Parts: sequence; structure tokens; C-alpha cells
Amino acid sequence: MMDLWDVIVGPFTEFAFMRRALVATLALAVSAAPMGVFLTLRRMSLLGDALSHAVLPGVAVAFMLFGLSLPAMALGGVVAGLVVAAVAGVVSRATPLKEDASLAAMYLVALAVGVMLISRQGSQLDLLHILFGSALGVDAKGLLLVAGVASVSVIALAALYRGLVLEAFDPVFLAATAGRSWLRRGWIWQQIFLMLVVVNLVAGFQTLGTLMAVGLMMLPAVSARLWHDNLSAQLVNASLQAAMAGTAGLLLSYHLDTPSGPTIIGCAGVLYAVSLLISPSGWLPQVLKRPHRVG
Amino acid sequence: MVTVDNLTVSYRQHPALHHISGQFATGSLTAVIGPNGSGKSTLLKSIVGLLKPSSGRVQVNTPHERIAYLPQMTEIDRSFPMQVSDCVLLGCWSAVGALGGVSAKMLARAEAAIHTVGLAGFEHRAVGSLSSGQFQRVLFARLLMQDADLILLDEPFNAMDSRTTAALLALIKQWQAQGRTVIAVLHDDEQVKEHFGQTVMLARELVDWGETAQVLTVSNLQRARALAEAWDDNAEICRTDEGQTDKDHTNEVSA
Repeated sequence: MMDLWDVIVGPFTEFAFMRRALVATLALAVSAAPMGVFLTLRRMSLLGDALSHAVLPGVAVAFMLFGLSLPAMALGGVVAGLVVAAVAGVVSRATPLKEDASLAAMYLVALAVGVMLISRQGSQLDLLHILFGSALGVDAKGLLLVAGVASVSVIALAALYRGLVLEAFDPVFLAATAGRSWLRRGWIWQQIFLMLVVVNLVAGFQTLGTLMAVGLMMLPAVSARLWHDNLSAQLVNASLQAAMAGTAGLLLSYHLDTPSGPTIIGCAGVLYAVSLLISPSGWLPQVLKRPHRVG
Repeated sequence: MVTVDNLTVSYRQHPALHHISGQFATGSLTAVIGPNGSGKSTLLKSIVGLLKPSSGRVQVNTPHERIAYLPQMTEIDRSFPMQVSDCVLLGCWSAVGALGGVSAKMLARAEAAIHTVGLAGFEHRAVGSLSSGQFQRVLFARLLMQDADLILLDEPFNAMDSRTTAALLALIKQWQAQGRTVIAVLHDDEQVKEHFGQTVMLARELVDWGETAQVLTVSNLQRARALAEAWDDNAEICRTDEGQTDKDHTNEVSA
């Protein structure tokens, strides 16, 4: 019994960096996973991936100007991500190109620019750090950033929930009933939503790296959809799965000495596999033919 | 209620609606008919403001919040995890907006609306678990919630059984009795003859607009079919509006 305690709780009581990593990961789990659920609802599951590449030039420019300063790099990333999302949004509204097409074009350009900037100024190592991050290197300042972003994002999601749901469910209805108030215009909701996604990705980039931050956003969200046909339940389920994956991933990466980001996402992947097997829409309930009701 | 003035709407320079003019009177019940691709949906979308006219204009005599629009079914994602009662409550969107509270009165109205369309007991079902016809009834309940002055319906009875269609037709007539203006895109000529006082027949051009008995004639139907089938990729540029600009201008000055 004591051994189990040492394995599971020991690392967190013993090391401050493990505690910071845990808090940062849990904060991200609570705020990023619900964004993933909304992305899957809008059939934009790959958008997180695209945006995570789109932040790169902003991070690179900030790195060139201010060195390895976390606030500067985060801000640069947010600005780059928002610019890409906004330009893609304008293009998809002004032309027959669909949102995914215009975004794919924009983020590829942004990624290319980002890689060029980084390879001119820094070494490959910096690029790796930005792409994969390290939860175990989160300091007090970084923790504050993650916690702040998570709080703002969760509060914004709660306050704007109705509009975000409506815009995802029936954008034609929203556009047809839009009145004078700016809060009733469809593209505003879309931009608010994309802003929240970008901010969450950037909050995750120090802890998990830009690429892995997408994993914590999307994987729990995708598996949560297998469990419920009710949106609020899906949102809670996604956050819980992300928190479980985060905690288990940190412990595994501590004991097995593997990089924290990929280990956390690996754990989320295991939860996804389990969901595929035993969730109500998964494989097992289809094999075990349950008796049907009379009406 | 709605004035359509020399309206042309084009997709890539080809008109879907070509110089349409006419008026939907307040409290009228109008059917919009015509062959496939004759611009029926385009007309509704222009009235609700989803499409910009390439020339001419549509004037609607009521605030935008008082227009309700039911698009063709195919445009909504039904796998969305949304329950019936919430979907119906979205009808209060124009009244409460993004941040306003939903009152007990609205909840009661939503319940009554669900009852009216015959879906009592389905309140907590996911919309994805309903049949197409049942889902269309949910959208009708949402229209009821919207309490609009102008109601636009795009092929509302597709995928509906005859009993439901009859019930919803009764509902539409009730709307008219309450003084609301209803415009519906329909395919069933018998239905139009029986229930709709006014008819607009389109074939990209306006074929006829007026009392249903006068519009729904064999010669009009033949003309509509002939017009709709004529399609020329390299059609000439239309000159109808040239020379009219001066006249329009003086009209506006004198008004």
C-alpha cells in the first residue's frame, strides 16, 4: 500500500516542479478539452492542428526580438494565430472557398514563414523546444500564464455558451435572425471561438509544446463524444479524461523518464482506445446485443 | 409587408432570379412555386437577407428580429448533441440574445409549442434520434417560439406524413388568421390550390404573381417549364437596367 502511495503521490509531494506541472496540466485540461468538443461539433477537428502550426511565426519573431521570454513568445503566438484565423475567416466569407480550405492555405504559409525565421536565428534545439515543450520546466511565471488563460477561457466559454452552441448548430438560423446587436452576428461568434482556441493552444505550448497541446485539446474531446449524446455531459467528460491523462502522463514520464508532453498525449490515446471499446457508441455494446424495450 | 423591386440575384453572372417585381401584402398567405432551379429558395434567402441582390432591392416592412425563416432541411447537422426542448428554446434568441435569461413564461411557451406540433414526451430526446419528419416538426415548434410577423418556409412539408402535413397546414392558416404574413416554397400544386390564396410562379423570370386560381393555369405551367429548361452558358449580358438609372433617380428625388 505504501509503495503505491510512493509511486502515485510521492513525486508530487517531493518535487515542486512536479506539483507545478500537475497544476498546469490540470488547468489546461479544464479549459482546452471543451474547446476540442466544440471543434469536433463544427467538424473542424483538424483546425487545432492547423492553428498550432500557425502560431509558429509569432513565437519565432518574439524569440528573435526578446530571447527566451515566455510572455513575449506567448503574446507573439496569440497574435500570429489570431491573424491567421481572421484572414482565413475573411477569405472564406468573401469567396466561395470553405473555411477549411482558406485556413489550410493560411496556416501552411504561416508555418513555412515560422520555420524560415527560426532556422535563420536559432538552432534546431529551440525549434524542438517550441514544438514539444516540457511540462517539467514550468516555472511560477509560466504557471501563472497557464492558470490565467485557463480561467479566462472557462469563464468566457460559460458566458458565451449559448451563442457558441447556436453558431455551431445552426449558423443559417443565426444569420437569418441576426438583429442589430453585434453579439448576434455569426462571424463574431466564429472569431470569438477561434480566439479562445488560439489562446488555449498558446497556453499549452510551454507545458506540452504547440503540437502536443492539440492532443490534450482533441483526443479527450473525440472520445467524450462516444460516451454521451448530450453536450454538457460531453464537455465534462472531455475535461475529466484530459485531467486523468495529464496526471497519469506526468507520473509515467517521471517514472519511465520519457518526455512529458508525448507521454500525456499517449495516456489520452489509451483512454480513447478504451472509449472505443467500452463506451455506449463503442465496440463492446454492439457486440453484446442488449435486449430492446417495447417502445 | 415585403416589396420586391426589380430584383436580380446572380451566381457567377448567371441570374437565379431575373428582374422580379411584386408585393407580399401584410397578412397574406403566398405559395412560391416553379420547376427545380427556378429561384424559389433564392427569393426567400434574398428576403431574409442571406443573399445580396446584384441589382434591384427587397424592402421588408418589419424589423429583422420579427422575421422567421425555415430553410430546407439538408442545411442542418442533426448529429449535433442537442435536445428537443433546447432546440425549440433557441426560438427566443432574437428576444433574449446571447446573455439574457430565459423566463419561466418562455419555458412554458416552448412546452406548449412542442405540444402543438405533436411531440409531447420528446422534450429530452436528442435531435439526432428523431426521424426527418419529426425533426421538421421541432423546427416548426421553434418557429412558433419566434413569434414572427413574417414567416418564410422553404419546402416545409418534405419528408412529412400526410397527417402531420395537415396539422401543420392548419397551423399556417392559424398564423394567417393572427395577421402574420406567410410565404412558403411548395411543390404540390393541389396543396397550393386548396390552401394558399396567393401564388408566385418563378422560372428564374417571374412567370406570374397573383390570385392562385389565375396563376396556376396550364399555359403558365408550360411557360415556366420552357423558361427553366433554357440555359445558355454564354448568354449575353442583360441590358434591361440600362437607361433606367435616370428614371430611378428622379423617382427618389420626388419621393
